[in-house]
Amino acid sequence: MSAESGIELEFVLESADFNGAGEASSKIKRTLQQLGVRPDIIRRIAISAYEAEMNVIIHASRGVIKAGIHSDRTELVVEDEGPGIADIGLAMQEGFSTAPDHIREMGFGAGMGLPNMARCTDKFDIKSEKNVGTKLRMVIYH
Amino acid sequence: MTIQEIVKALSLKVIAGQSNLDKVVSGGYASDLLSNVMGQANAGNIWVTMQGHQNIVAVALLAGLTAIVIAGGVEPDPEAVRKAETEEIVMLTTTLSAYEVVGRLYQLGITGE
Repeated sequence: MSAESGIELEFVLESADFNGAGEASSKIKRTLQQLGVRPDIIRRIAISAYEAEMNVIIHASRGVIKAGIHSDRTELVVEDEGPGIADIGLAMQEGFSTAPDHIREMGFGAGMGLPNMARCTDKFDIKSEKNVGTKLRMVIYH
Repeated sequence: MTIQEIVKALSLKVIAGQSNLDKVVSGGYASDLLSNVMGQANAGNIWVTMQGHQNIVAVALLAGLTAIVIAGGVEPDPEAVRKAETEEIVMLTTTLSAYEVVGRLYQLGITGE
């Protein structure tokens, strides 16, 4: 596998699908394990993918998560249709969340998702348009 | 210390993940906030929580935790148990409070590492 060719995985995410939550991230993790990527790197990718997946399920109406696995890196691209993020600077602050109470009761909405992703990834890019959606691009080097 | 030894010492009930009871626990973490666990727990930790829904299995799996202890007599949802069985994640329950579980783990030498 050269640095540029790679394995592409793609999963559709549906709003409020708490049953399917984590499946995309689990499959990405399994693929990385089969490829023999280092466990500490896999963990960072899995955490980033899960947080992104949960954000779509909690906040958006639908979305897609794509993982591009290359020999030297994994790229995660997560795009959703939804309310978008009004103030990205605020959303990046630990503890800030707009999740409703019934979501918080499940232990989500701690306001740690985006900061966790930023911490676990080597490149983290977020673009959002209000009432349109949000696009995340993350790169983790192996 | 292995999960099996902890199960015995604290009289925990094994709900799922029987095949992984020989795994060694690196340390412990306690929280009911899933993203906090994702961000702060270390790989190999035993996780004490009072959440019993299926998303705790994904968190344990993805964060590489060795076991989930559901404290305070909370019964995990059937879907959570099914998922834990499928993913071979160790799921344990107890009527002890989360505080009591953490205290006893610490006495056994399981620190917050």
